[in-house]
Amino acid sequence: MGDSQYSFSLTTFSPSGKLVQIEYALMAVGSGQTSLGIKAANGVVIATEKKLPSILVDEASVQKIQPLTTNIGVVYSGMGPDFRVLVRKSRKQAQQYFRLYKEQIPVTQLVRETAAVMQEFTQSGGVRPFGVSLLVAGFDDDGPQLYQVDPSGSYFSWKASAMGKNVSNAKTFLEKRYTDDMELDDAVHTAILTLKEGFEGQISGKNIEIGIIGTDRNFRVLTPAEIDDYLAEVE
Amino acid sequence: MSIFEYNGSALIAMVGKNCFAIASDRRLGVQLQTIATDFQRIYKIHDKLYIGLSGLATDAQTLYQRLFFRHKLYQLREERDMKPETFANLVSAILYEKRFGPYFCQPVIAGLGDDDKPFICTMDSIGAKELAKDFVVAGTASESLYGACESMYKPDMEPEELFETVSQALLSSMDRDCLSGWGGHVFVITPTEVIERTLKGRMD
Repeated sequence: MGDSQYSFSLTTFSPSGKLVQIEYALMAVGSGQTSLGIKAANGVVIATEKKLPSILVDEASVQKIQPLTTNIGVVYSGMGPDFRVLVRKSRKQAQQYFRLYKEQIPVTQLVRETAAVMQEFTQSGGVRPFGVSLLVAGFDDDGPQLYQVDPSGSYFSWKASAMGKNVSNAKTFLEKRYTDDMELDDAVHTAILTLKEGFEGQISGKNIEIGIIGTDRNFRVLTPAEIDDYLAEVE
Repeated sequence: MSIFEYNGSALIAMVGKNCFAIASDRRLGVQLQTIATDFQRIYKIHDKLYIGLSGLATDAQTLYQRLFFRHKLYQLREERDMKPETFANLVSAILYEKRFGPYFCQPVIAGLGDDDKPFICTMDSIGAKELAKDFVVAGTASESLYGACESMYKPDMEPEELFETVSQALLSSMDRDCLSGWGGHVFVITPTEVIERTLKGRMD
């Protein structure tokens, strides 16, 4: 394919109108661990697999789901180190907004600014795109919101979405299971079931991570004990 | 003569019952000479947010243009109007940016916030905010204005009475200040309407 001749330079379009580096970045995302998010009527849940390379790794030290502000959290699929950079930048942007307006940044604004950063890295010299897609979950004056941000910098609002290895199965499962009037607890159960679909091995509170935000507008990551409780309810 | 007294100004904002009033004088001078008698000091940011700028007229105009620009972008991006408290914080940040070469202005911000609750505040030329529950004043006539407001103010005044109080306080203070005067410009804003009136006082 003529496209591969254009895959060396990020800032050059291929004849078919694609930026091949971004396609490759999406492939990096697609081979990452599955993550998903579900927007309920009264909150949002995001979840991800936490498969560690060895049993010797201290799983408590690995945190794939991170808060960006007290009422916005994020999970990713793809390259962990790239994710950390984006989390740092987003947190700084959120605080800069607060310093200027003394108001918590709305979810849409934070997503827009994060996406703008990711887009910058597709149109600058000497850099490569971020190898992550983000799922941003937040609760503000406009209610619960879930956004996906891609390496290209495009972002979408979703009722429920998945990314990573098992994306097509997960999305099909979510399409069947999703209802508009779901409560947050139901959404957590559905999230766990969706993760279970493509899970290799025994699922437990130690190898998945779940973050929720409800009407209290406080984003928090569930402890392994809480996840085990939900798992017991699901079984 | 201080740079703040170069053009002369008098500004006042007062809280009433579910309404607020913001008023200014109309004189633009160059030290002792009067140049204009219809100078606008109070600007609308959006239907429920007004800002008055006292001090050096050129800085007041430029600052207003910058603030209006920022608000317009905010409106386009966030698809909503700025709350008065938010706007006040923005003004404070913009003024502090110029900490070592400031705008020679003292803004007076007045608006209706969430649930149409009146909000007023003033700040110095480098952004130190002063929130008040009753009234705020600024300009060359500020000392007289403080005295007049303190004695004439009552809480929970209806729009008509608020207008009378603000007008009397403004006129009597302008009379004692040679650099402000030539009439007054009074806005009374309620959740449903905006009443703009011009006052005729001692034209000197």
